[in-house]
Amino acid sequence: MNPIAIKRINRALAYLCLIVASAFFITPFIWLLSTSLKPLTQIFTFPPEWIPHPILWSNYSRAVEYIPFWTYLKNTAIITIASTLGVIISCPLVAYSFAKLEYRGRGILFFVTLAVMMIPGQVTMIPLFLLFTKLGWVGTSLPLIVPQFFGVPIYIFLLRQFFMGLPDALREAARLDGASEFRIYLQIMFPLAKSAVLAVALFQFMGSWTDFMGPLLYLTNEPSYTVSLGLQQFQSQKGSEWGLLMAVSTLMTLPIIVLFFFLQKTFISGITFSGIKG
Amino acid sequence: MNNYRDLFHDPLFWKSIYNTIYFTIFFVPLSIFFGVALAMMLNMKVKGMAIFRTIFFLPTLVPQVALAVLWMWLLHPNFGLVNGLLANIGIDGPSWLGGESWSKPSLILMSLWGIGQAVVIYLAGLGDIPDEYYEAAQIDGANWFQKTRKVTLPLLTPVIFYNLVMGMIGAFQQFTLPYTLTKGQGTPANSMTFYVMYLYENGFRYFKMGYASAMAWILFIIVMALTGIIFITSKRWVHYQGK
Repeated sequence: MNPIAIKRINRALAYLCLIVASAFFITPFIWLLSTSLKPLTQIFTFPPEWIPHPILWSNYSRAVEYIPFWTYLKNTAIITIASTLGVIISCPLVAYSFAKLEYRGRGILFFVTLAVMMIPGQVTMIPLFLLFTKLGWVGTSLPLIVPQFFGVPIYIFLLRQFFMGLPDALREAARLDGASEFRIYLQIMFPLAKSAVLAVALFQFMGSWTDFMGPLLYLTNEPSYTVSLGLQQFQSQKGSEWGLLMAVSTLMTLPIIVLFFFLQKTFISGITFSGIKG
Repeated sequence: MNNYRDLFHDPLFWKSIYNTIYFTIFFVPLSIFFGVALAMMLNMKVKGMAIFRTIFFLPTLVPQVALAVLWMWLLHPNFGLVNGLLANIGIDGPSWLGGESWSKPSLILMSLWGIGQAVVIYLAGLGDIPDEYYEAAQIDGANWFQKTRKVTLPLLTPVIFYNLVMGMIGAFQQFTLPYTLTKGQGTPANSMTFYVMYLYENGFRYFKMGYASAMAWILFIIVMALTGIIFITSKRWVHYQGK
């Protein structure tokens, strides 16, 4: 067989694999979408039907009116954007120091960072809550924003892995040119780690956007609720409004899908951040 | 200290450890294998890749409440889509979440569905491997398999290392899915009682805070020891380009 034919077969096989695997991964979203357009009576029919009949667009308009959706959306956006900003400022800085700077106690500090990661969230919940109560922050969005400005262990660990891959020679060259340590970080290392920082920013954005536990604990008055807290209002004593719940879930998921669609190119493909590539 | 002594005589404590280790042993290696394989597939240069990448990331974007309900429906022994498809090719599907023998494998299957986040990290790592290495390998006449073994995998080890540690910590802290699926009951026959779930039940349902704290410490020590072992062995198999 000639090389071109082999290439074509390979490409066809690649598409086949991708399409089969995609079918597996796309199911939840199709189902979500389908349920959001169904009347309540059709949601629990067996065998399940994929295509709603009739298509009930009014689930969306009813859902948005059922809860103060726009207020919740605004609250969610503020918390998400602020906490993402916090992560971008603090995490790469700490990670860089763990990866490249040598100072006394670095090993112990890194160990403590990892240790924090291993404690299940359910364990630290109560002491943290007491702390924020003492600070008078319960009922405001501060407990959901401020901690991110002090760094998040998993992101620090991730970014450290990426910084470890940057050549030391870059630092030494900049040092010879008389750059300060902070300038080396800000003007050389941070831009080189752009794709990793973007990945971390996206994870924080998503995590914050869909977080349920955090807002449930700290946002005690209704005007400060987020959308994910609003979701539970569809489950009332009168019975659950599944269609409306799925409609709001869809509205919640869409912005992140769009964001991911446009960003994935920036942070995955072809970015030079090791300083070697390109 | 009584709490610790009671724990060692509590059969459900040992059962929850067994369940958690079972899950970790199967889930972590599988998630690394499929994660790397998917990332390599998604790193190919073919048209429409942005759409494929977004699709693989979808399950991690859908709210958890919706996901748990979906899976109960997909895996329903009589009416579910999965057994419906199996029946078409003449296989009598198991009762998945209803039976002791299939409940944990079902949970592993569900969890594998959410590996999109790990895949994104692998992809960022793959995008970072200099093209020159592949070109050099090409000139030396390396085939796809050799390139994967000698270039891709070694240079991906820092990322694999990260996902290994995170995957293990995550597996030991398994909570949301089994909790929502079994409404905190760990049914059938406690086959779904996972460690943190049992810890949570003790602390927040039976208000045995001391008992729960003892469990938290034991968990912490186990995970820390395992992470320590991974970190020590990592010096042998993790390669950083910067060195």
